[in-house]
Amino acid sequence: MKMRRKKRYRSTDVLFQYWSAFCALVIILVMAGILAELAVNSRLSLREFGFGFLVSRDWNPVTRQFGALSSIYGTLVSTAIAMLIAVPLSLVIALFLVELAPPALSKPVGFAIELLAAIPSIIFGMWGLFVLAPVMAEHVQPALKTAFGFLPLFQGPPTGIGMLTAGVILSLMILPFISAVMRDVFAMVPPVVKESAHGLGATTWEVTRKVTIRYGAQGLLGASFLGLGRAIGETMAVTFVIGNDHRISASLFAPANSIASTLANEFSEASEPLYLSALIELGLVLFIITLLIQAAARLWLRRLEKGAGVK
Amino acid sequence: MRRKSRNARKGLDGLVKALSSLAALTGIVFLVWIICEVLIRGAQAFNWSFFTALPAPPGTERGGVAGAILGTVGIIALASVIGIPVGIFGGTYLSEFGGNRFGGVVRFAGNVMMGVPSIVIGLFAYGVIVLTLGHFSGYAGAVALAIIMLPVIARTTEDMLALVPNALRESALALGSPRWKATAAILFRAAKSGLITGVLLAVARVSGETAPLLFTALNSPFWPRDLNQPTANLTVTIFNYAMSPYQDWQRIAWGASLLIMAAVLALNVFTRVVLRERKR
Repeated sequence: MKMRRKKRYRSTDVLFQYWSAFCALVIILVMAGILAELAVNSRLSLREFGFGFLVSRDWNPVTRQFGALSSIYGTLVSTAIAMLIAVPLSLVIALFLVELAPPALSKPVGFAIELLAAIPSIIFGMWGLFVLAPVMAEHVQPALKTAFGFLPLFQGPPTGIGMLTAGVILSLMILPFISAVMRDVFAMVPPVVKESAHGLGATTWEVTRKVTIRYGAQGLLGASFLGLGRAIGETMAVTFVIGNDHRISASLFAPANSIASTLANEFSEASEPLYLSALIELGLVLFIITLLIQAAARLWLRRLEKGAGVK
Repeated sequence: MRRKSRNARKGLDGLVKALSSLAALTGIVFLVWIICEVLIRGAQAFNWSFFTALPAPPGTERGGVAGAILGTVGIIALASVIGIPVGIFGGTYLSEFGGNRFGGVVRFAGNVMMGVPSIVIGLFAYGVIVLTLGHFSGYAGAVALAIIMLPVIARTTEDMLALVPNALRESALALGSPRWKATAAILFRAAKSGLITGVLLAVARVSGETAPLLFTALNSPFWPRDLNQPTANLTVTIFNYAMSPYQDWQRIAWGASLLIMAAVLALNVFTRVVLRERKR
């Protein structure tokens, strides 16, 4: 009797362990499945265009010519604008939350910034298209034009729809992610180190610049990488405001496109196999880019954790 | 010389402090701006037919998103049914048995999966389900959303179970309870509020997802009868209507945006305020 019960325990336990191991395995299977599925479904385009897909600027469903360069360019430039705005802003916001604000203020402000991260991408898109774009067209872009109009970056008609607006929206969306990680990095710096610097007469900014930022430099870089990974694949908000044009233009005011926005816009119209296949290959390119960024960020953060363990 | 430099340093310090307060303020201003704009424009779309009618052609004032509301609820419910158990068990494995190499690989894959753009996951569901079945369906949308939930839930489950003290595990096992019972009855209960938080936040996150539904659930002007066909849903409706040139469709898009935003923010505030308070 007792023996049998013990046996039953063991077998249910083995079942439990295998079942939960299987659920964990699903995560790996899905990741491998995505790669395989995208590669298989883009085989037509892979065979037709080969490596040239990545460097060709043609995107013409009528002549069946497909190249990813304008989408890749748009993805990289809009992400770069977002990073240029979001990283410094996140740094000072994290500084405010950790060093400056009294706890009574720091908590609600931190909560508000986190809520910004919870707002769905499509809401950012609606707001960007109907609210931010007119503001950009009437105020921000004309101002930039008068100030820096001699640069090719800020030429052309200020329509409010285009690369610059997409970058601004993206920066708002990744700001909470970056500042949350940066806040944690700042909070990890041992108080003793900061207090010693204060004791030597350093001001808050000097402590931040010379102690906190140096101490957490790798963590700050990791935070930026996570933001980068988010920005690169962001779809709906960008699709609403980027203008969806396959031409590559030097001006940030001009409409452009990104990999994700091309997919969102054109997938449902693509009736022809080669067209569909080219779109899926765009998805494959995006997947591989984010995979590399995520892997690099995680490996970097892991190295950082190991380094901290040694100390 | 010395005094001047001290003033300069203090000035710079003050400047940075002012800038950083300003930056935090900027974040809040944008949050409030977005919320207010959606509230004001969305509320104008609310009327009886908005909540009870199916989409109507532009120009008629009788269009609504009732079908889309039902469809969204159905898709999210099915996604939760698939994603939550698998995520919880996957996270349980990582926390309870995952100290090995396999656990490390799963953890890494989960972290990477959390950063994969949702539109790519939509493409995956398109390839696996839409191409196999031969037509767009709510099922494909639900699977895509479940895949997005999976790594998020697994990760929070692992973190929450890791917080449960080992003494609890050991006492349960010492009393002769099998591993599964110790986990289900003791560990899950001890980590309950954390697990619920993780699940609710994952549900909130997929509620606003649009990109993975574009090529899977698509959209539909009809009542959702079952999920084995293109299914009306709020987020794709917002996308289609916002991009249309018709003002009354755009107004409905704002109304739908308000619904989605209110649901997502309410879930977030609820988990953070109520559950966190109760834990203390």
